[in-house]
Amino acid sequence: MKFPYSETVLEHFRHPRNVGKIEDADGKSMEGSPACGDMVAVYIRVDSNTNTLSDIKFESYGCASNIATGSIITELAKGKTLDEAKKITWKEASEALGGLPKIKTHCSVLAIEGLRSAIQSYEERHGLVKERTPTTVEIVRKRLKKVMNPITGLDLVRTNLVKDIKLRDDGNVRVVVDLPANHQFASAMREEIMEKIEPLWDVKKVIVEFTE
Amino acid sequence: MPERRIYLDNAAATRLDEQVLEAMKPYFFDTYAVATSEFAYTQGIEAREALDEARGTLAKALGANPEEFIFTSGSTESSNMAMKGVALALGKKKGKHIIVSKIEDFPVLHSARALERQSFQITYLDVDNEGFVNLDKLKDSISDETILVSIQHANQEIGTIQDIISIGHVCREKGVLFHTDATHTFTRIPLDVEKIPVDLVTVSAHTIHGPKGIGGLYIRKGTQIAKWMDGGFQEFDLRAGLENIAGAVGFAKAVELVTPAENEQLQAIRDHAINRILAEIPDTTLNGHRWKRLPQNVNISFHFVEGESITLHLDMHGFAVSTGSACFSRSLQGSHVIYGIGGDHERAHGSIRITLGRYNTMEEVDAVVQTLAEVVKELRDISPLGKEER
Repeated sequence: MKFPYSETVLEHFRHPRNVGKIEDADGKSMEGSPACGDMVAVYIRVDSNTNTLSDIKFESYGCASNIATGSIITELAKGKTLDEAKKITWKEASEALGGLPKIKTHCSVLAIEGLRSAIQSYEERHGLVKERTPTTVEIVRKRLKKVMNPITGLDLVRTNLVKDIKLRDDGNVRVVVDLPANHQFASAMREEIMEKIEPLWDVKKVIVEFTE
Repeated sequence: MPERRIYLDNAAATRLDEQVLEAMKPYFFDTYAVATSEFAYTQGIEAREALDEARGTLAKALGANPEEFIFTSGSTESSNMAMKGVALALGKKKGKHIIVSKIEDFPVLHSARALERQSFQITYLDVDNEGFVNLDKLKDSISDETILVSIQHANQEIGTIQDIISIGHVCREKGVLFHTDATHTFTRIPLDVEKIPVDLVTVSAHTIHGPKGIGGLYIRKGTQIAKWMDGGFQEFDLRAGLENIAGAVGFAKAVELVTPAENEQLQAIRDHAINRILAEIPDTTLNGHRWKRLPQNVNISFHFVEGESITLHLDMHGFAVSTGSACFSRSLQGSHVIYGIGGDHERAHGSIRITLGRYNTMEEVDAVVQTLAEVVKELRDISPLGKEER
């Protein structure tokens, strides 16, 4: 096998664990979209006495790293408390899989987000979340940390590619990326940035610009 | 590990034919001299004769004169030369407008973008949902400023064959040069420059069981094109650089080895594959036209699943195919061709391209269809998409 995937990734890809839906799940989420080529659905069953994940299942529309990460997080999260499960990181999932290629970070990070969102949906339904806060530059920056720079596999913020973030009162968000507009990954990054920022409740429009 | 490997990505590269290698060998070990003028030494003159003979074979295959055919390093260089050579020659003299289709392969598309950055205006023509350029739209796009139209003979991904005769006539009437990228049609579909009003044609050896690193550009006599690879006076002083004689000889041999019977056989296997997949696997869409397509091309989208997962599973079973999925591409973007024919993201990410060559058999195609059906079913079982529809 000549792929840049570890044996563990390939094993989970071939035989994904905990696949499927949970009917009447206590919490569920759907992350990603067909646009970015990857989607993960996560379903959880919560034991309300112990606040632990008694069951977890996932579905995936995506590439091998997406499927394998979905599979491994169900194994990592099952039986854990909600607070423990929320803290599972991409790094832990990646290590459990024997490493993931940098360029595939984006596809695999989705499953982690899916798990957190499913728990969040459970918490929202049970009145466990705080009030909605207005979007700030810091909140936008935090979300941009989930957009990966495919060149390094690290996020845009960490690799200093976010040159400027501007918020206007009318709900427009302008993000300037320090790359030429004709860069190999420019279009892919624009789509991903929009996908991460647009869902913020008070954001009306996202404008992504490049420095050259 | 799979017992055998079956290669079904012949649009990307092909296995070299042994007869091609045999024809090339003497030019590595005996006649390895540079092609000299007729007044130099024997080996150089022999090399020159071999190059001339190969050029004659290539020109004849296109219905051209030998002095209208120059060798290049492949179709990327040929298309770059056609686009940038014409732009250099006519940009200042006549105008700065160039027309290409939206679904051109990257050498033409990215040459257009590079010229755009050099203040040329580019029209990217839409295509219909089967990939055809609209002739009226083409006519309307041509202005006094237009210097070149570049529309491919057939598409690299979905195999759609353009009506280049009509396109050529439109260009001729309007007095505009016409380049066609024939990388995937050369020797598979007739292209006679005596009958088709085309001025520049890109061809390559790598798609027809010839060596990589050799291609050519047909340049109709009198076409205004500037030299942009500077150096010596090779290739009628249009393209500098030491001639790749072994490559040229191999290219000529590869052309001679393609027969009409082989093209018919490819088409029969293609039709068998398309018919079986569409009939036996639900929720599939054929990309491109049913029969106005390359005899060696199959491209089908499998809904609700992602292409990289399909190709990885197929590889584990020993099959090599390609996909228009973003995950598979170096730019992380879905196929611009599938988007160009109005396909959505899901159709692009779920598209699988099978391209046939001389060494593929009906039995191999039956095997890949069987495995495809199993793999697609498995992936659909774990997909969150399409559950209501099924």
